[in-house]
Amino acid sequence: MASIGQNRYPDRLPDFLNAGVWARSVLLVTALCFAASLARAPHWQAVPDDFVEVVAVTLPALVLWLLAAAALNRLLQRLSYAGGLSAAAALAVLCALGVRQAASWMQDSDVGDAPRQAALALFAAAAVLGFFHLRGRALSPALTEARLQALQARIRPHFLFNSINAVLSLVRTEPRRAEAALQDMAELFRVLMADNRQLVPLADEVRLCRQYLELEQLRLGERLRVQWHADKMPRDAMMPPLVLQPLLENAVNHGVESSAEPGVVSINIYEVRGEVHVMLRNPYRQDGAHHGGNKMAIGNIRERLALHFDAEAALESRVREGAYQVHIRFPYVRAPAPADEGKAP
Amino acid sequence: MSPPRALRVAVCDDEAPARSRLRELLADCAASMPVDVVGEAASGVQLLALLQECEADVVLLDVRMPGMDGLETARHLGKLARPPRVIFATAFDAHAVNAFELQAVDYLLKPIRGERLLEALLRLRSLEPAPREVLREISPAPRTHLSVPERGRVLLVPVADILYLRAELKYVIVRTASAEHLVEDSLVRLEQEFEASFIRIHRSYLVAKRHLAGFERNGEDGDSGWVAVVKGLPERLPVSRRQAPLARAFGRMRP
Repeated sequence: MASIGQNRYPDRLPDFLNAGVWARSVLLVTALCFAASLARAPHWQAVPDDFVEVVAVTLPALVLWLLAAAALNRLLQRLSYAGGLSAAAALAVLCALGVRQAASWMQDSDVGDAPRQAALALFAAAAVLGFFHLRGRALSPALTEARLQALQARIRPHFLFNSINAVLSLVRTEPRRAEAALQDMAELFRVLMADNRQLVPLADEVRLCRQYLELEQLRLGERLRVQWHADKMPRDAMMPPLVLQPLLENAVNHGVESSAEPGVVSINIYEVRGEVHVMLRNPYRQDGAHHGGNKMAIGNIRERLALHFDAEAALESRVREGAYQVHIRFPYVRAPAPADEGKAP
Repeated sequence: MSPPRALRVAVCDDEAPARSRLRELLADCAASMPVDVVGEAASGVQLLALLQECEADVVLLDVRMPGMDGLETARHLGKLARPPRVIFATAFDAHAVNAFELQAVDYLLKPIRGERLLEALLRLRSLEPAPREVLREISPAPRTHLSVPERGRVLLVPVADILYLRAELKYVIVRTASAEHLVEDSLVRLEQEFEASFIRIHRSYLVAKRHLAGFERNGEDGDSGWVAVVKGLPERLPVSRRQAPLARAFGRMRP
């Protein structure tokens, strides 16, 4: 039952710089090797020896292939999907033949004939690429759903109506602030209703968060205290949109709105060793209807991070010293410089 | 013929802009009917304090507020000597709105329109205030405060401060660290409402879990051989035979 949204998701080669892609490829190919040994070995006891033999040739070829693909990652990603597939498959055949050649130099036992090796390499590459293709397909509804959720759950009706109410209260007395608030609202809703499947720069997401917090500030006044520590954030780091805003909304909702006392929401964004870290903190209140919606939002965001960054990204939440704390980390991937295209010799 | 007395209105919402918006709208209403805003409050507790000082005919009350919500506030208001009529205001509470419709309780949807507010205020004079039982049905969540009528006033006792509740004839005695109050209620009903935070240790005693220190062996008192120890309370509370297993279990949990 493919939906329209699913089909629109562009097919993409796996990101060969991603550790998750490496791990999954190695696991998959090792499993294939084991299956091959099961088929090849004359009897059960011979399977382990045969497996070692097969793996000893296959894994070096695989690693060589992954290294080559990682080195050529940018180029591969820029090709069309079909072109990328063919290039990656050709690379696999080259690597397999290369390893075969090296093996024949080291030991002059039989290493199998070249055409068969090439065909096997082609199969293995097809299995790996096919796996990632299906995986992308399987996860892509999460994006469509994320968009729907953005429309339904994310815009809490309470937030919408209360914000309009707050703006109405300003119209007569402070028309300029009302104007600014309506503009913030318009931008917030534009993003919430957009097709949010492309990565955006961190700076954009942070601006959206600030606009959102401005609106909440209008409503909650002194009760909402916001601390930003984002001076050193990598502004050009790419990330899925609407990752931070819903988390902030939860923070305001559960940590501030649920109490008459003022509450501090703090946002800490920094970069360490090629990773972007975001720390959100808000007061933890045990009372009141807690965390059903929060869990849903967190699950959704975790899924989208996984789709974009695989194992390189993580989201953890915990309660510590009376504060609810969410920690996100994802790789620092810069926006592809638009100058690239114009730099032709 | 003397001019009609102005309708005295109090406003209660936890968000300041919402309060000022209501003030503006009430000022607009003044063109059609005399309205006098007697005051505004940011919480149910504040509203009750306000209405002890000055009377109001009607309260515009936000449903969703931190701590004591609008529905609970309305229940406490009912204990005032001359309870005001209540018009609830809500942004989006499907459950509450359904209940309001069903029970013919006055309510307005936020953002509130001037005409609707005027209409509600005009119609109000013919309506009875919503009975407390109805409000209790709409909001089954346990209250955050108990209201105690005392010397012509209504005193709010935070449930979190209550050490134990003791049944005494038709009344229930509410014991806090500093005082004892009398409320007209049944221990059975209170037990149902606060089952999450209180436990029954005796036919006539409910103890607050958060204040319960433990149980002690005691030969003379009670018929089970156990008494309950409550933090900050010198006296010991009897534990009935039926509840003795509870005491033993508690003892095992916290040696």
